[in-house]
Amino acid sequence: MPIVDIRGLRKRFGANEVLKGIDLAVEAGEVIAIIGKSGSGKSTLLRCINGLETFDEGSLTVDGQALLHGNAGAMRSLRQHVGMIFQSFNLFPHLSVGRNVMLAPMQVKNRSADEAAKQARKLLERVGLADKFDARPDQLSGGQQQRVAIARALAMEPAVLLCDEITSALDPELVGEVLRVVESLAADGMTLLMVTHEMTFARKVADRIVFMHAGCVHEIGPPQAIFGAPKTPELQKFLASIGD
Amino acid sequence: MVDFTLWDILRNLGLAARWTVLLSLIAFAGGGLIGMALLVARVAKWPGAERAVAGYVQLFQGTPLLMQLFLAYFGLGLLGIDVSAWVAAALALTLYSSAFLTEIWRGCVASVPKGQWEASQALAMSLWEQLRHVIGPQALRIAIPPTVGFLVQVVKGTALASVIGFIELTKAGTMISNATFRPFTVYACVALMYFVLCFPISAWSRTLERKMHAHR
Repeated sequence: MPIVDIRGLRKRFGANEVLKGIDLAVEAGEVIAIIGKSGSGKSTLLRCINGLETFDEGSLTVDGQALLHGNAGAMRSLRQHVGMIFQSFNLFPHLSVGRNVMLAPMQVKNRSADEAAKQARKLLERVGLADKFDARPDQLSGGQQQRVAIARALAMEPAVLLCDEITSALDPELVGEVLRVVESLAADGMTLLMVTHEMTFARKVADRIVFMHAGCVHEIGPPQAIFGAPKTPELQKFLASIGD
Repeated sequence: MVDFTLWDILRNLGLAARWTVLLSLIAFAGGGLIGMALLVARVAKWPGAERAVAGYVQLFQGTPLLMQLFLAYFGLGLLGIDVSAWVAAALALTLYSSAFLTEIWRGCVASVPKGQWEASQALAMSLWEQLRHVIGPQALRIAIPPTVGFLVQVVKGTALASVIGFIELTKAGTMISNATFRPFTVYACVALMYFVLCFPISAWSRTLERKMHAHR
């Protein structure tokens, strides 16, 4: 059974239909890179998966659980299966790095402070920031902040991780440290869906590439096929435009 | 005729000022509680809350506090509820404060970046947990200077309670000036007392604001 199962998903912003019937099944452990022009609906699709955006038609299940808007209990339980990392990090500026990671497990999963702190230290070590537990987010570089955000998402032990252009706000020299962490997650078998502009990275790490165009999944397949032998003129044009 | 020394005037005004302080505290605390409840209703998007609270705020911001005091005092009387000047003044000032505070705080909540809501939502936190641990603490920092600033408005607003016969600083001033025939001296003392009450508060508000900007 797919871990993320999207069927006939449609979404409108007023008169503008941004998702025009998306079907996508993601198996556990798969790494999916979503590419496409801005405005093609790729971020909206990602944000539908954890209910940050509502959709108008279709169905979406994660780990066998249906996404039900307006049902706070169901959303809370679904969101515990889906972690998300944002372009702008969105760390909580009033909390230390350690507290950022500990907050949700303590509140949502009722972990004790000791347990949560132990887990946070382990996760911060995993993203290479073991010494930053007591630092404040604004004392960190962008790359470090994004790695804390990854640790914070992992603390909820999600089955699926959504990455929404997570390196787009970073200085070029900081992109690598974040991508290395993501790559290690992929190697550990985490299910990843990432919207990305890092084509080299997508080609190297992703199992399948989803090319979105005008609100549809226009072409989908393994990286070799998508980058090596694009079938549709739209994808050919897109790849040419980014010079890949 | 009894002779009033300046000391007598100041002493009597000082005694009456206690009621000004008490009324301010009641209005501020009560207004804070109601204002907070209205804020939560609005943020939680309870059905109809947005429009109801917006209407409530408009009502109190769009009419003079003096009229609100009259309505509380005479209006409740007309309804057959016998209210003392005390109760009417406390009620009117509490509602007045709640309308202003809820609006001030709504602005503070709105100024917390949207990404903070989304990040905490993505971590499966409930609305209450978001407000308590993520949005609240950040909004609070922004809210302190304008909230303290509004306290000054409340202190000065209590002067209007004198018109419904509540004996606070201003009313005491009127009574003393009627007895002493020295209105200028008496009202100068009254003004001084308000200044002594308000100046430290606004100075504190400015300090808080400076500190906040230093942190940014």
